[in-house]
Amino acid sequence: MNYYDLIFYLFAAVTILSALMVVTNRNIVHSAFYLLFTFFGVAGLYVLLAADFIAIVQLIVYVGGILILLLFGVMLTNKITNVEIRTGTINLVPAVIGVGLLAGALLAAVINAPWKINNIEQAVPTTNILGTLLLQEYLLIFELLGIVLLIALIGAASIARK
Amino acid sequence: MTVGLTHFLVVSTLLFSMGLYAIITRKNAILVLMGVELILNSANINFVAFSRFGNFGYSGHLVALFVIVLAAAEAAIALAIVLNIYKNLSTVNVDEIDNLRD
Repeated sequence: MNYYDLIFYLFAAVTILSALMVVTNRNIVHSAFYLLFTFFGVAGLYVLLAADFIAIVQLIVYVGGILILLLFGVMLTNKITNVEIRTGTINLVPAVIGVGLLAGALLAAVINAPWKINNIEQAVPTTNILGTLLLQEYLLIFELLGIVLLIALIGAASIARK
Repeated sequence: MTVGLTHFLVVSTLLFSMGLYAIITRKNAILVLMGVELILNSANINFVAFSRFGNFGYSGHLVALFVIVLAAAEAAIALAIVLNIYKNLSTVNVDEIDNLRD
């Protein structure tokens, strides 16, 4: 077992265990903080997949942006003066059965599928390549995403301040 | 057994299942949003893993980037809606918000 495998299992364990804590913890703030570790673990998996730029974007956007937004949501929709920031669950038994069956089926499909693996080339820095692709092949999608973000910004502001 | 495509796919499958579980079972709307974020992350792992092990160039990376951008937009809009719901109904529990039901 080399270092790559060891680090993969470390990040996979961090991701899966903290995601499990996110979905089972009864305290919302604790769930949000465990989500932080899940995002860090996923960023580590991106690094192991030779996607350095995606990993950094994951850290900046998810940890720096979305998680802070979710924490603000928790703060603004619960009475902070209450010590209890807790939440209940519904549909527990059907959810466990259904999700368990679905997960089992998906895992069986993923593990038994005869994936055709190309020979893996050496990992190279991807920022340059992605920038070139964004401004050539994917230029239209890039511009449309800018418009989507602008509309989302205006929409969120106008929904939240009424 | 060295780490390959299947390992990453197993991790993303587990992440997807847990996100789905959070969406189904959680009462608080913000925790439902966290489940959505988990599912988007698992999809992103799949895109990047197939981009690494398949013969697709760097398209998977770009799709993952687009998904991250859309996730940011989605989180902003959804939280604005949740804040409005809290202002109007003073609860964010999805099982209590049934005003449209007769």
